[in-house]
Amino acid sequence: MHSYFWLLIGRWEATEVDEAALGDSAADKLGVRASDTFVLTPTPQPKDDFQEELVIRPLHSGDIYASFQFRTLWETDFMRENKVSHYRLFPKSLGQVISKFSVRELHISFTQGYWRTMQWGQPFLPSPPGAELWVWFQDSVTDVDAAWKELTNVLSGIFCASLNFIDSTNTVQPSASFKPLGIVNETDHRFLRYATLPREIVCTENLTPWKKLLPCGSKAGLAVLLKSEKLFHSSFFSQTVHIRPVCQDRECKTTSWELRQTLNVVFDLHTSGQGKREWSLFKMFSRTLTEACPLASSSKIYIDVTDNPQEEYFELSPATPLLSQAVVLGDRRTFSVYDLTQQVTFGTVRSLNLLIRWKSTEGDMLRPLLHAERYVAGYGLQTGEIHTVMYNNHPFRSFPVLLLDSVPWYLRLYIHTLTVTSKGKDNTPSYIHYQPSKDRMRPHLLEMLVQLPPHSVTEVTVQFERALLKWTEYTPDPNHGFYVGSSVISALVPSSVAMDTNITQEQPLFSSFFPCKEESSYFVRVYTEPLLVNLPTPDFSMPYNVICLTCTVVAVGYGSLYNLLTRSFQIEEPNPRLAKKIANFIRRIRGVPLLS
Amino acid sequence: VAYLCFYSVQLSNMLAAIIMLIFICFCVHFQNTAGQFFSSGHTNNWAVLVCTSRFWFNYRHVANTLSVYRSVKRLGIPDSHIVLMLADDMACNHRNPKPATVFSHRNMELNVYGDDVEVDYRGYEVTVENFLRVLTGRLPPSTPRSKRLLSDDRSNILIYLTGHGGNGFLKFQDSEEISNVELADAFEQMWQKRRYNELLFIIDTCQGASMYERFYSPNIMALASSQVGEDSLSHQPDLAIGVHLMDRYTFYLLEFLEDIHPASKSNMNDLFKVCPKSQCVSTPGHRTDLFLRDPGSVLITDFFGSVRKVEITMEAIHLTDPILQLEDGEEVQEKTYSYVDQLPVSEIIHQKPKQKDWHPPDGFILGLWTLILLVFFKTYGIKHLKHIF
Repeated sequence: MHSYFWLLIGRWEATEVDEAALGDSAADKLGVRASDTFVLTPTPQPKDDFQEELVIRPLHSGDIYASFQFRTLWETDFMRENKVSHYRLFPKSLGQVISKFSVRELHISFTQGYWRTMQWGQPFLPSPPGAELWVWFQDSVTDVDAAWKELTNVLSGIFCASLNFIDSTNTVQPSASFKPLGIVNETDHRFLRYATLPREIVCTENLTPWKKLLPCGSKAGLAVLLKSEKLFHSSFFSQTVHIRPVCQDRECKTTSWELRQTLNVVFDLHTSGQGKREWSLFKMFSRTLTEACPLASSSKIYIDVTDNPQEEYFELSPATPLLSQAVVLGDRRTFSVYDLTQQVTFGTVRSLNLLIRWKSTEGDMLRPLLHAERYVAGYGLQTGEIHTVMYNNHPFRSFPVLLLDSVPWYLRLYIHTLTVTSKGKDNTPSYIHYQPSKDRMRPHLLEMLVQLPPHSVTEVTVQFERALLKWTEYTPDPNHGFYVGSSVISALVPSSVAMDTNITQEQPLFSSFFPCKEESSYFVRVYTEPLLVNLPTPDFSMPYNVICLTCTVVAVGYGSLYNLLTRSFQIEEPNPRLAKKIANFIRRIRGVPLLS
Repeated sequence: VAYLCFYSVQLSNMLAAIIMLIFICFCVHFQNTAGQFFSSGHTNNWAVLVCTSRFWFNYRHVANTLSVYRSVKRLGIPDSHIVLMLADDMACNHRNPKPATVFSHRNMELNVYGDDVEVDYRGYEVTVENFLRVLTGRLPPSTPRSKRLLSDDRSNILIYLTGHGGNGFLKFQDSEEISNVELADAFEQMWQKRRYNELLFIIDTCQGASMYERFYSPNIMALASSQVGEDSLSHQPDLAIGVHLMDRYTFYLLEFLEDIHPASKSNMNDLFKVCPKSQCVSTPGHRTDLFLRDPGSVLITDFFGSVRKVEITMEAIHLTDPILQLEDGEEVQEKTYSYVDQLPVSEIIHQKPKQKDWHPPDGFILGLWTLILLVFFKTYGIKHLKHIF
């Protein structure tokens, strides 16, 4: 009621503050000493940079692998006292997470599907099925577990995922794997936490907040292609976020923060391609490109044409003169490059729709040097055996691998049955770190450094026993089974081509993720399948059945006994005939005793 | 003269009275025109949409919830004010022939899943406990904002539940139930903590009317898809997807809401007429005795839309001082940083075992040693102490 009195008689006056008015009197009113320098210049912008790229690699099985990489570099210090408040390209939600929880490195991935190494080769950035989160905290954090718990809750709100299910029962602290990928002074593994949720589902509600972290959103640039209806109709989908401090230049005197968002997707020939070996941007993503992101300093598309030097296998249109070579995954690959910041790329139709048409289906795939499998052997619901099989396909070189296994507490591992065999003979690991589980508190952690002989198969087996859970600990669908997270195999694989040890900005993004210390080998991480294990499941309708049965038995038994004990029995006269009834009626009226 | 004075006083009094009357008429006129904006008394809108069923054959419950979500978003309530709880994932389910879609109409006409959906509670997180915690606001401190119902005493809240239910209960995820008494008590807690201004409760389950029988807090209006003893039926199956797509009541509710736009003037009486017995087979019911206003004066957009009211004030607001950017001195770092070796084999092999933190002895160990010492001193006596030690 009072508000429209003001409407009637009030006026809204705007007051302007300009520099001239800020004389001594105004300064006194604001409680500021006149001697202070009062600078109203705009705050100097921290230097940040955004790059985007898309790599398309046709696979030999007819499928096609597309990998998007978006990188934001920002020279700033999140750890200083006055908080960073001016965000431009770097998303504010992640910046606040970094400064609040004193995070040094954060790696999170959401994956649907399993990467088939034997058919598709090695991915640029591997990820396990489900959700995976590993974080390095700063040295200044006193209670890492509390910070980890809060961080998972905050991230579950940002990415609309149930990351709050990460707790002490599925978090491990690896002792040798997962070394930091960014700049660091020293590595104390007390500040590392790793957790994986193999059951986590990825869908549009995870993609939407991920797209919102990009500077251009999904409105311009390569992110326009990210439509969920096409992306989830694929054999493999993975979206990741990586935050770490990196060197700014070759001298590496200053660091800047790097945020990398990658999206890997493999489209299947038959479900998305309708069986025809012909791929285009429109067929894959139901969109074409019209412009680069205006905020990006570089926006490129790379098509892998190494196997197609004379265009004998497939034809690429529109043709492009730009070619670039990069050493990635131990191999020198040739790429055709489309630069989206040049207007000539889009041609006269102002849109770019790449077309890859196959002419013949010959050709051999480069066999991956390292790949792994994992399965559960055994029968029944009491015991079983986990087998992890690692293949070294190099003809004459052997190399070490670090195997990380995190098994939930309800599969009780018998470590005395652990065997590692290569080519039939025992292969003793040079380093074993085992942390036993604690029921309902901690999972098993097994880390081993194994030397894989050349051209061999190494098998790691361990027996386990299944535990019986309390009835409240079962999920609503317990007969589906319980998941065991993927094993992680980190290896330094010998490369056939000299790797580039200088990480500079000129390299394409997909080849500069893992830092390279020596030229003769490259670092690779391979994830195995997650396991699905059935635990002995009780019949949840039994409490109801037992209550019904017991109550019925008690009611019938007690009721009958009570009747037998307390009721007295009488002999009842049969019904009298009609004449007798009328006679008795008249006698009752007269008040005379009745007939028997 | 006194007579004249008296007369003049009377006249001036009458004049004052007439002026006052004109002024009041003026105000009342303004009240009537501006009254439409301020009659409902709420300043913000929230929605809590819950689907409680798991498994692929309960596709229709997820489609129900998503169609209400879509209508509510279209009419203006932002994602930050919607708490969406879906007990299972249908869109990216491996049985779904069209991934990332949830359809409400046969022949895949309308994809209610959309492109920018934000599900706050999904999968195993949809439990009775979490639902009641969201309503009452008693969540653990680390819960993110998107998972909280941050309503105040001027919020209108829409609560929509769907799933399998019975007489007096609603089943969550095939493993637990919420009863109508619990729900009524949760709403009473909300009322006592002033967490809502008005509440609209819609439920689409079998025997849904039993769920609102026990409400006793003021300002609640309830709608249900079927009466006690009746089943709510599903609408139509899609042969390509293989399951029923929607329930009848929500299907006709969606059709009704598609005609509503943010400025429409339809009121609750129109909502009560949605899905008569001829279309729904069950008899939808409603309950308005706890609601203080007349349902005919309550707009649909009071609950389904988000019409923001603006209050104008004449107070002056003092802005804070501008933030001074301190110029950092350019320090030339002499230290060179470097990346870490990802697999330092020799370092790993020669790694010292981790020093285990020393923990004080367990209670059991302490008790055992106390017992041993007691027995010892009982047997041998204290005076032998100096001989032993």
